[in-house]
Amino acid sequence: MTTATQPVGRDDPWEAIPIAAIAVLGALLSIAGAATAEDSRFAVQMYTAAAGFVFGLWALAYWLANRRKTQPTKYQDNVVKAGVIASMFWGVAGMLVGVIIALQLAYPNLLYFADFGWTNFGRLRPLHTSAVIFAFGGNVLLATSFYVVQRTCRARLAGGAWPWFVFWGYQLFILLAGTGYLLGVTQGREYAEPAWYTDLWLTLVWVVYLLVFLATLWKRQEKHIYVANWFYLAFIVTIAMLHIVNNLAIPISFSNWFSYSAFSGVQDALTQWWYGHNAVGFFLTAGFLAIMYYFVPKQAERPIYSYRLSIVHFWALIFLYIWAGPHHLHYTALPQWAQSLGATFSIMLWMPSWGGMINGLMTLSGAWDKLRTDPVLRMLVVSVAFYGMSTFEGPVMSIRAVNSLSHYTDWTIGHVHSGALGWVGFVSFGALYCLTPWLWKRQRLYSLALVDWHFWIATLGIVLYITSMWVAGIMQGLMWRAYNELGFLEYSFVETVEAMNPYYIIRALGGGLYLVGALLMVYNLWRTARGDAPARADEPAPAAVAAE
Amino acid sequence: MTYSEVAHFAQTWGLALLVAGFLAAIAYALWPGNRAKFEHARRLPLEEDDNGRA
Amino acid sequence: MWNFHKLLEKHTMILIVGILIVVSLGGLVQITPLFFIESTIERVEGVRPYTPLELAGRQIYIREGCYTCHSQMIRPLRDEVERYGHYSLAAESMYDHPFQWGSKRTGPDLARVGGRYSDEWQRDHLINPRSVVPESVMPPYAFLQRADVDAGRAAAHLRANRVVGVPYTDDMVANAAGDMRTQGDPTAADYDAFTARYPNAVVRDFDGDPSRLTEMDALIAYLQHLGTGVDFSTYEAEAPGNLR
Repeated sequence: MTTATQPVGRDDPWEAIPIAAIAVLGALLSIAGAATAEDSRFAVQMYTAAAGFVFGLWALAYWLANRRKTQPTKYQDNVVKAGVIASMFWGVAGMLVGVIIALQLAYPNLLYFADFGWTNFGRLRPLHTSAVIFAFGGNVLLATSFYVVQRTCRARLAGGAWPWFVFWGYQLFILLAGTGYLLGVTQGREYAEPAWYTDLWLTLVWVVYLLVFLATLWKRQEKHIYVANWFYLAFIVTIAMLHIVNNLAIPISFSNWFSYSAFSGVQDALTQWWYGHNAVGFFLTAGFLAIMYYFVPKQAERPIYSYRLSIVHFWALIFLYIWAGPHHLHYTALPQWAQSLGATFSIMLWMPSWGGMINGLMTLSGAWDKLRTDPVLRMLVVSVAFYGMSTFEGPVMSIRAVNSLSHYTDWTIGHVHSGALGWVGFVSFGALYCLTPWLWKRQRLYSLALVDWHFWIATLGIVLYITSMWVAGIMQGLMWRAYNELGFLEYSFVETVEAMNPYYIIRALGGGLYLVGALLMVYNLWRTARGDAPARADEPAPAAVAAE
Repeated sequence: MTYSEVAHFAQTWGLALLVAGFLAAIAYALWPGNRAKFEHARRLPLEEDDNGRA
Repeated sequence: MWNFHKLLEKHTMILIVGILIVVSLGGLVQITPLFFIESTIERVEGVRPYTPLELAGRQIYIREGCYTCHSQMIRPLRDEVERYGHYSLAAESMYDHPFQWGSKRTGPDLARVGGRYSDEWQRDHLINPRSVVPESVMPPYAFLQRADVDAGRAAAHLRANRVVGVPYTDDMVANAAGDMRTQGDPTAADYDAFTARYPNAVVRDFDGDPSRLTEMDALIAYLQHLGTGVDFSTYEAEAPGNLR
């Protein structure tokens, strides 16, 4: 294509002007917000935002000053490196908060104070879910999508400084959302808790993300768009749609964090779970399937099992997923027809989900022996197996009779974590283990033995987590509906809470092990990036590599 | 255009269009003429000139 | 840099348009009918918009993330109806922006907690849950007792609700701040006007400290109102208009 002749790696400095304008405008609006704030929560949020925009201006100046000092590169990889580092940071932070709230349910005086509620479960729980999904998962998706789209299009990331705007803009979104939760700033909608101004900011960042991704596709040197990019595109476009519709709200004033949702009651409930379920479907599934479609073939050094299957399962998956939301509202005041429709599509969803799993797993056919020698590949493949397991469990739980038992219990929490820890977590770790040596130009990881330890510790953690939650959830569900011989309810509610205690302890232990595994990864990747990997005898001397 | 008219359309022509769309996706995937294109696409990630490795 | 001439590049356009069509359908077919099918929400007597104090309590309920552990949606299952009361109707949350049905019961359902416990029990329980329920795992909320409710913002809350469709009258908006204080003070002069605006509203000092109107007052006022609107002795679940 025509852009092939343009020199690589020289970004246009004029692109910095609109970014600077956004940062200046953002800073001014935040300062105005802080000055007129109707309560201290909003003021703190606005000062945080102002500091973020000032930092953004400094980062932009730094980019302008240094852009000619470095050798031009074919690909824009620095922003991918930043995404890898941010993923590690937010991953550990989000998992740590998860372990804390798990411990709070087991030992209910931990970090509870009479004088303030910043660390109460109700505020930390959105912090945990947002940190692991949007901060950790989101940064993994940003980093991998920017890496994969460049490689599979053989084109440098479009937009010069704009990918950096996406990266830092997204971190500002995380900062505002996360500190907001601690202050009590929330919309009270699960997985869509950030306040209206944070939502507006994310919308802007997301539209730029879409444009950067699209513009990179437009300058590709390959005629065909590789299927991983289809999944990334579906993820970006659909999340934009869900985010905008689900967050429609009227703030009580422009100087206040609180807003009222545009919808109410039953309509609001279905809008929220249409969003909530498809945050799973498009953020945690489509986006991470894109990772699978690039990193599993790459690490296995074999092409994907069936490209035809990938096309069929892509369209079937994105079509069916969007209908499945009402299974979160079985037996509620949502009309029955909507519940039945949601359950039907949820069960059908099993097929395209397993299409993806089969495609990922069968890529290894003929090379299964690599699982013994390559712990990174093993992590990726086990993630796909967990994907298959949770996408089987999900349709089962969407059957009304099963849901009447599982809903409102910890079975749901266990199901979510088999997907989150097993699928999303492991496929992300696998991608980070691949990316770090590639990006920092290292021969190999610092230690494969540590990857092995990470794999087994984390797997043990997941097993403890999901089995304890199965037992806890099914047990509590059965206790709630148990009758004694006189025909009265057998257990008071608090007796069922008491019965959860041992399982909450086991769950916290499982989560703790998973966190330990992640810390091993951070150490391993940090040593890898530093170049501490020992040389092997059968490889050329480092000097020869540097000359390449 | 009332709600029931829209619902009627969705349950008849809408359904037919969706089935047609799904068949089109399957036809695209299985079309013999696309075989070579997909075989090339399948190998895209493995044929990088610069995969970043040192 | 953006290559605008390639905006209509064939392959990406097919992909984008295809994705957009495919992912819009589900929401359009499932969600939009709920706004048009009349039987979605039952016709019931007794559900009124929240009083300014209850609304402030609801804001605290949202702020503290109570929905992460408590549902407000009783399912029509035998044990739930016996444990919590009549199953929840769509009409009972029709003024809830946002809904707070919840998804997890680490603690019990609260859809009908109103009137179940005394104000004193609610206050003691919120200050230190384990002082009244030793096995509880709920966090303490003693700090609510020390925070005053901001009555100055009450009218703004009602106005924003009106924009999204809650039928607050001009009278209610004009008296919002006064109504908020009145509900926490049984001796207030405009008691009658307040209860005329908000039928069945409970007027009393909820937190045991008549000298102040605190966040504790607001949260308990909200909790004591939950599920008390509909008179189920006259509600006919099998009536044609209520079948969905």
